[in-house]
Amino acid sequence: MSLETVRSGAELELAARVVELVRQVAGPTAEAEVVVRHDAEALTRFAVSMIHQNVADAATTVGLRLHLDGRTASGTTTVVGADGLRGLVERTVAAARLSPPDAAWPGLTPPSPLHHSAAYHGSGEHSRLDFGFDEATARATPAERAGRVRDFVRAAEGLETAGYCRTTYTSAAFANTAGQSVEGRTAEAAMDGIARLAGADGVARLASGRLADLDGAALGARAAAKARGGQDPIELPPGRYEVVLEPEAVADLLDNLAIFGFNGKAYAQRQSFVELGADQFDPSVTLVDEPLGSRDEHAPGLPFDDEGTPRESLVLVREGVTKAVAHDRTSAAEAGAVSTGHASGASRTWGPFPTHIRLEASPAASLPAADAVGAVAESARPLVARMERGLLITDFWYTRVLDQKTLVITGLTRNGVWLVENGEVTAAVGNMRFTQSYPQALGTGLVRGIGHESVLLPDRWSGTRYAAPALHLASWNLTGNASG
Amino acid sequence: MSHFDEASVAVRAALEAGARYADCRVMVRRTESMTARDGDVEELGSGESAGLGVRALVGSSWGFYALPDLSDSAARAAGRRAAEIAVASATVPGPPIELVPSAAVEASWASDCAVDPLGLSLSVKGDLIVGATAAAKEAGADLAEGIYQIWDTRKWFVSSEGHRIDQHTRECGAGITASAFGDGEIQRRSWPSHRGQYGTSGWELVDSLDLIAHAPRMAEEARALLTAPLCPTGETTLVLGGEQLALQIHESVGHAIELDRILGWEAAFAGTSWLDLGRLGSLRYGSELMNITIDPGIPGALGSFGYDDEGTPATKRDAVRDGIWVGVLAGRDSAAVAGLDYAGSVRSDGWARLPMVRMTNVGLEPGPHTLDEIIANTDDGVFMDINRSWSIDDRRLNFQFGCEIGYEIKNGKLGRMLRNPTYTGIGPKFWQSMDMLSSETVAWGTPNCGKGQPGQVGHTGHPAAPARFTDVRVGVRG
Repeated sequence: MSLETVRSGAELELAARVVELVRQVAGPTAEAEVVVRHDAEALTRFAVSMIHQNVADAATTVGLRLHLDGRTASGTTTVVGADGLRGLVERTVAAARLSPPDAAWPGLTPPSPLHHSAAYHGSGEHSRLDFGFDEATARATPAERAGRVRDFVRAAEGLETAGYCRTTYTSAAFANTAGQSVEGRTAEAAMDGIARLAGADGVARLASGRLADLDGAALGARAAAKARGGQDPIELPPGRYEVVLEPEAVADLLDNLAIFGFNGKAYAQRQSFVELGADQFDPSVTLVDEPLGSRDEHAPGLPFDDEGTPRESLVLVREGVTKAVAHDRTSAAEAGAVSTGHASGASRTWGPFPTHIRLEASPAASLPAADAVGAVAESARPLVARMERGLLITDFWYTRVLDQKTLVITGLTRNGVWLVENGEVTAAVGNMRFTQSYPQALGTGLVRGIGHESVLLPDRWSGTRYAAPALHLASWNLTGNASG
Repeated sequence: MSHFDEASVAVRAALEAGARYADCRVMVRRTESMTARDGDVEELGSGESAGLGVRALVGSSWGFYALPDLSDSAARAAGRRAAEIAVASATVPGPPIELVPSAAVEASWASDCAVDPLGLSLSVKGDLIVGATAAAKEAGADLAEGIYQIWDTRKWFVSSEGHRIDQHTRECGAGITASAFGDGEIQRRSWPSHRGQYGTSGWELVDSLDLIAHAPRMAEEARALLTAPLCPTGETTLVLGGEQLALQIHESVGHAIELDRILGWEAAFAGTSWLDLGRLGSLRYGSELMNITIDPGIPGALGSFGYDDEGTPATKRDAVRDGIWVGVLAGRDSAAVAGLDYAGSVRSDGWARLPMVRMTNVGLEPGPHTLDEIIANTDDGVFMDINRSWSIDDRRLNFQFGCEIGYEIKNGKLGRMLRNPTYTGIGPKFWQSMDMLSSETVAWGTPNCGKGQPGQVGHTGHPAAPARFTDVRVGVRG
């Protein structure tokens, strides 16, 4: 990214122009909401210990949703000149007029102020709230990203490495015909890499609002230590094992719980396991969605959703009791609730879900952490120390839902598994397949410990970010190994 | 309207900034999609996207930059920026890169299309999708969902070696799903596939699916599954329908033969491959019935094109012949690194993304049997069809699939319906157990193949027919 990609006010002006165009083309009764996003993403990717792909792009996208005479249609364009915007409005109006009546139209978000976050550092002079926005990250250069990759590769001390260093910047605005008009911006950096040795991979992964927080050398050393600790793996028979999941694996639990469980549409359609007010989790489990960040962390997301609803923290589970699901205006209307600010371009079809969940860490370590850098993540060491016999699992891979209602998932371990006996790692273990209900694994009495340190982990695909400590569970159903 | 000029400006700018090779793709894409639920439209959307992406090679290092602006000044800026990024890549350089030859051609290509899907009125398309969900709902579905999707893509490619290629690809497809809610579980049935059927085709493809006629049966089968016995657990003979076999090919063959994975270029994310290049030409992948081709020239299949995103013309190649692994999906740089002399499988999912090794149409050649013959020749086993879940390890060896529906096979006949059928295995062991293969091939389209960082969604095709496998572990549960 470069200086010209850091913009000011352009998106709100563009959104207002589109709202005015809608009034001209469709008349004063049309209800319209407009989202304008300027996204700049740069990703420096390495493999076989060289930078083999190095990409950047910057694009402004205008999204329009229109409700006209009881009918609804939406459209997007990256062609933001006068002709492009008029074309967007005219084809969306034409589509709405040809559409069947939309009985589920939830109406527009009324004018509403944005919420401040715990991390708010902005001036508050106008509607833009920066929430700890780091301009240096937004302006990061290819050389800065490449430098972190170089440090990662060197720190692996000759092990083969692969991964990426990424910076993203988004400036966005929302306007609707009901008078809601808000804007915001966010920047984020992430690094995710592996080191490889004789068939064993070790991983290090971290997200932050500041590129300066990402230490390529520290991450490379951690990945290499795990790869070295993964040598000579044994094969274990399938069965139920006690496990300590490191933060990378816990993030997968949060991802699947979010998308399929705390999804307002899935809940309204009885496809989710969620029962509001029920003791569905161990009392040690508290899950909070934090799109505006928390404490000293930057805001990972924008302060409003695609319907202009201001975002704020949402407690999903408190001390084991399920409290809420995520809603956009459509699912909220269906459930008799209010929007929680989770509308996206796809939420009406796929449902709104939390995108920035934190599993609350335990207040303090119950045992002192070991000093040496080894196979075990710092967050997991106290939990490993009190596991009599079980598995330490670093990461999960390719997890897929077998049954949505019970959230039975199958997937594989990745990037390191170890056998733990009497609180000590005794052997590396080959990757295994599991088939396990996620809510059941977190049920009452089955969570034996939660780490004291949350790690911010970047998304792997879907624009989410989770904060996860390590997790000690009584039982995990391993259903296969390398032999089948 | 041509965009060769803007692409040429970008390529020249990259060369002037120090690149020894550069190429540029200008892409203009229009999309349209509709989802319906229980007889009503749920979402109707359309999109327009236009931009250019430039690749520059400086020394042994690549850079890529993309902008949604087709002006000459933006093209020049993008070309320069791509070269600057390539210079930064040299901070952690690799060995010298050469590209396998690709003849510089000036050409034009368009996919076949009888009924322009974007030209057809919204009400016709909407009536079909809404009507299908209404029919399923009326037949007893607790939830009936439908979708159609349309992509209309025009592309202009220019390289510093002299390529000037324009292509126009129209893709579309549709499908429906009926769900029945039981006590603590959900059963679903989809037609014709779990996400629908897709191709490089006009709306005639969607018309051929006859969605409304099949909707009631989907609802009835979903309801019946709620009370069907569970798929038994153990090792047995497994017969797969063609749709499920298409995804089996995609996951356990298509991705495994991607050369970038084999070389370790995807190690940190998508993963690597169990295949070792040193055994290309000798490794037994499957039984002698297994003949897999890479063929981007199949009319109407979703992975078809005239030229890939490096300007290499569509060419049919063998990937597995008589069960022996003989070919890969490759690009010009990866092929050179591997010492191969062919490329042709590099694509991006839009102007903003770097072209990378992707599946085209990777499928099984037909066998000598029919599904009826396969069932009739099976004394004891399970039939499964229509994918419901899929998972495979990062080396593309250990897989587990779930299907929507299963049936017992007893004494050569289909028996009771089975719910929650799953099977698991190790790729080569599974493929080597294939002992019967049908001739009833369909080129199934997969419009949701994820790969790359930043993520890209690829469109691939997979000709497949029903087949039989022996000693397969079925009925894996949580």
